[in-house]
Amino acid sequence: MAEKSILRLALSSRNLIIGLALSLVFVIAGLLSFLWTPYDVTMLDIPSRFQTPSAAHWLGTDHFGRDILSMIMVGARTSIAVALVAVGIGMGLGVPLGLAAAARKDSLLDDLIMRGNDLVFAFPSLLIAILITAVFGPSALNAIIAIGVFNIPVFARLVRGAALSLWTLDYVLSARVAGKGAARISFEHILPNVANLLIVQGTIQFSLGILAEASLSYVGLGAQPPIPSWGRMLADSQTMISLAPHMALFPGLAIVLTVLGLNLAGDGLRDLFDPKLRKART
Amino acid sequence: MLIYALKRLRSLVLSLLVASVVIFAVIEVVPGDPAAFMLGINAQEDTIAALREELGLNLSVYQRYFNWVGGLLSGDFGISYTYRSPVAEIVTERLWVSLPLAAYALSLTVLLAFPAGILAASRRGSVTDLSVMGFTQLGVAIPNFWFAMLMVLAFAINLRWFSAGGFPGWDEGFWISMKSLTLPAIALALPQASILARVMRSSLLDTLGEDYVRTCRAKGLSKAQALWRHALRNALIPVLTIIGLQFSFLLAGAIIIENVFFLPGLGRLVFQSISQRDLIVVESVVMLLVFAVILVNFAVDIAYALVDPRLRRGR
Amino acid sequence: MSLLDIQKLSLSIHGTPILDNVSLSLRPGEILGVIGESGSGKSMTAFATMQLLPDGANASGKILLQGQDLLTTSEPELCAIRGKDIGMVFQEPMTALNPLQSIGKQVAETLRIHDRSLSRGEAMRRAANTLERCGLPGDQFPLSRYPFELSGGQRQRVVIAMAIALQPKLLIADEPTTALDVTTQAQILVLLKRLVSEDGMALMMITHDLAVVSGMADRICIMRAGKVIEEGAAGTLITESKHPYTRALFEASSHQPDRIQGAHNVPLLQVRNVVRDYALPRKGLFAKPGRHRAVNDVSFELHHGESLGLVGESGCGKSTLTRAILGLEEVQGGEILLDGEPVFAANQPNHKVRRKMQVVFQDPYGSFNPRHKVARLIAEPFHLLETQPRGAEREALIDEALESVGLTPVDKHKYIHEFSGGQRQRIAIARALIIKPKLIILDEAVSALDVSIRAQILDLLADLSARFGLTYLFISHDLSVVRAITDRVLVMQDGEIVEQGETGAVFDAPAHAFTRTLIAAAPRLPDIPAHIGDTHGA
Repeated sequence: MAEKSILRLALSSRNLIIGLALSLVFVIAGLLSFLWTPYDVTMLDIPSRFQTPSAAHWLGTDHFGRDILSMIMVGARTSIAVALVAVGIGMGLGVPLGLAAAARKDSLLDDLIMRGNDLVFAFPSLLIAILITAVFGPSALNAIIAIGVFNIPVFARLVRGAALSLWTLDYVLSARVAGKGAARISFEHILPNVANLLIVQGTIQFSLGILAEASLSYVGLGAQPPIPSWGRMLADSQTMISLAPHMALFPGLAIVLTVLGLNLAGDGLRDLFDPKLRKART
Repeated sequence: MLIYALKRLRSLVLSLLVASVVIFAVIEVVPGDPAAFMLGINAQEDTIAALREELGLNLSVYQRYFNWVGGLLSGDFGISYTYRSPVAEIVTERLWVSLPLAAYALSLTVLLAFPAGILAASRRGSVTDLSVMGFTQLGVAIPNFWFAMLMVLAFAINLRWFSAGGFPGWDEGFWISMKSLTLPAIALALPQASILARVMRSSLLDTLGEDYVRTCRAKGLSKAQALWRHALRNALIPVLTIIGLQFSFLLAGAIIIENVFFLPGLGRLVFQSISQRDLIVVESVVMLLVFAVILVNFAVDIAYALVDPRLRRGR
Repeated sequence: MSLLDIQKLSLSIHGTPILDNVSLSLRPGEILGVIGESGSGKSMTAFATMQLLPDGANASGKILLQGQDLLTTSEPELCAIRGKDIGMVFQEPMTALNPLQSIGKQVAETLRIHDRSLSRGEAMRRAANTLERCGLPGDQFPLSRYPFELSGGQRQRVVIAMAIALQPKLLIADEPTTALDVTTQAQILVLLKRLVSEDGMALMMITHDLAVVSGMADRICIMRAGKVIEEGAAGTLITESKHPYTRALFEASSHQPDRIQGAHNVPLLQVRNVVRDYALPRKGLFAKPGRHRAVNDVSFELHHGESLGLVGESGCGKSTLTRAILGLEEVQGGEILLDGEPVFAANQPNHKVRRKMQVVFQDPYGSFNPRHKVARLIAEPFHLLETQPRGAEREALIDEALESVGLTPVDKHKYIHEFSGGQRQRIAIARALIIKPKLIILDEAVSALDVSIRAQILDLLADLSARFGLTYLFISHDLSVVRAITDRVLVMQDGEIVEQGETGAVFDAPAHAFTRTLIAAAPRLPDIPAHIGDTHGA
């Protein structure tokens, strides 16, 4: 497909536009928080605690009088960074593993990779996080590792499955006739043709990563104070939920909207890339 | 069928074996002496020595591994350092909260997802389809513990239909206990049901586009008949895979939700044990959860064979 | 009175016109052949008659079945008509059956859906009868069989059984034998003819292959680009049609490219006692994995400048043999020499030898990476050279290759999806030519093409072989194509070469029983001079 028509289709996809816009809001908020936030999130201001949304504090204040909007902005940074690095770990290790497994189908290597994948799937990511934190103590880094490790088999499986069907195509056979080796074929012919799938799955894992990070920091296994995180803001609000419901509402909404945005963008991208769906729509 | 089941059983045993090695190894790599780690900084030399003796740390790594696995097999999970009682007892008690909760949530998931997914697929593009897709899109994005907090706010604090947390125990009566598990189960089920409904819908749409559905229509079956008699069963194969994965999410998710509702399940046990550095309990609970997940995946494999004759006849 | 009368049927799908004023009719008991190349709208005519059109379809006109207009009939009534008054058989038997249900149940369903009072046992008994009529007797093919336990031809018999279980008045067959081997195709055609005459059904036979219908149809209807071009009695239409498209179609179907025999008596490819085994998946938990011998003790020689055909049915081992010759897989016994050197030396594919041969595959769509431009696609074999041409030299070679297959140098900047199937096959040939190999292996290279395009590609191949002194190994299941383009032919069955010799001699006087079956099964056009297998005609 020519580049121009892809762009035009992207602009006509409502899911993609809304999704990207939503996700961008939080990415920009996170980036902005490096330079400026309405209030300092480390400064306690006990007298102005539990304030409901007002002109001074758009989203109100928490039990220490900190500005919730500012905390959400800094929290976005934590969530996005953790999820992004975790997706990076998953792709960086999972994609080569999947490509290798497909290139050597039914070999010992393939078997080892796939058994290893099954094993990681048997440990839910939270369980991995619990194990890691039980031993090394809770931290954002350990949360990243736990989520990232769980992403590896997701990408490995995806790439292996797609690559296996590509390996049966005649153009791969032509490349073999041209004397190209498995590694070269994987990078020249297989990888570019699974890239679309990777982008879509990457968006989905990114959103799952944000949810997982929120869960982990909610139970105290993620980023540690004083770094603000959405999950811990919710944990703090829990005992005060009848007193100050806005403390629970806004961080939760931030999570929902970010994840929703990423999922919509993922759906939009999939529609865009999948010629079968595209044909059905036009 | 038997050969297939035996093959799956072999890989089940293999997975368990590797999982036990991994869990044991992770606990092994605890920085420094596990006994000192568990007791903290201010521990006396002789207490550490006593604990070392109790943990069998004087033995070789291999001996300890085999003692641990042997213990697991015979139901002896060791003695909890903090509770001073057999881990097996503590865990069994907690299991009676966590397992019913996961099962409750899984049933809700399936009961919500199947009708929604089937309805959406059979009326593709309709208002029903669009609203199912919209709701599930939202459901997937909501963190279950936040949803749980909102439900507590609405149904426990404001409406007072449910209690905000706690668990009376099964001795107090089945329905009372179920009632206290209802909000947690809904909180767990909603996001998973959203995922499952979407999978059901897309899987069913795929199978509805297959050649054999067209063949059925040529025989004189109506769209609905073709869906119920032919497409649905074929669509179940990917759905089963997801249900298997979801069980592990539900078990792990239960760990978090138990914290929201103060349920005395495995989840709370794990967190308490982590903060008290009771590695014996952590090790056992994690192994137990992994065992449950692997077992469920085995059940899913067997379910595949029940659905698909190609597996039954040893292909 | 007509059984089926289609009047001025026009159809568009999502606004794209598919059919334009199509009118045709069928009398009871008549066989109508509907012929056209891809995109002619022949299949959509069938689906419109069944009222099984895709979403977004918009039809106008009339489709009268015994006077009732199917376009205005309600869906529940249509359900009562489908399967009872009209049965349909599809192209792809491998996917036409529900993989999770036994064949007995699937046939019985046709009976029970139209007669609720029928008991399960009675329906199964009648399903068994129907399957037996369709050549699947119950003692060999019990009702409890699942589709995956049957071959393609057997599955097609099940689909036919489902379609004729209630003895409908009209049977529609949409390319029912296209996916099958020649011998299986012949059996299915015989079965259809027998069922039609036994039950007095009318048959609408849709196909791209003139030869398939010429022997059985009463009338023939030629379609092109959504229109009916010509319709008439089968005998007169084939011999006397004056319509230019019809004539061109007939000529392309029996096209014989002009070839210059340039064979020298020097061997280029020597295949000696080649054996190729595959490991089978393990049957039992402790059973040793079995081995399947795909190629068994095959020997032959291919001379410089010669065109050698290799024919056989699917699964006979010809693809496996091709891979072994290309040096993609190691053989378990024997040796393969190209220009006197082994293609596989010391367990390593031999690049020096490999650059002397190239290959053209069947599928014009799967043969190219959709993300590369044509220049990069056809330059891929340069990888085999010791020094890869760069810059202007590379561009010149690419231009030359494109021009030699009838394309222009401008085409190298395009992506593959901008080309038609025939053009893609030209690009595939350009890719094979670019390193000036001695041997080109054509693996079903024209099988997926429409007849008119196929004729052009065959001409191109003949021309290239004359110009560059190329040697061809032509692998195909299509006997008429092999006859048209090869000097010698090998016949392969179950991994072995059962017969080889001069193409004309083998086709005129086949010595092996399998060759005889193969030639007898191949459908023929009546106006072709009877040189294709006339000793076994009728």
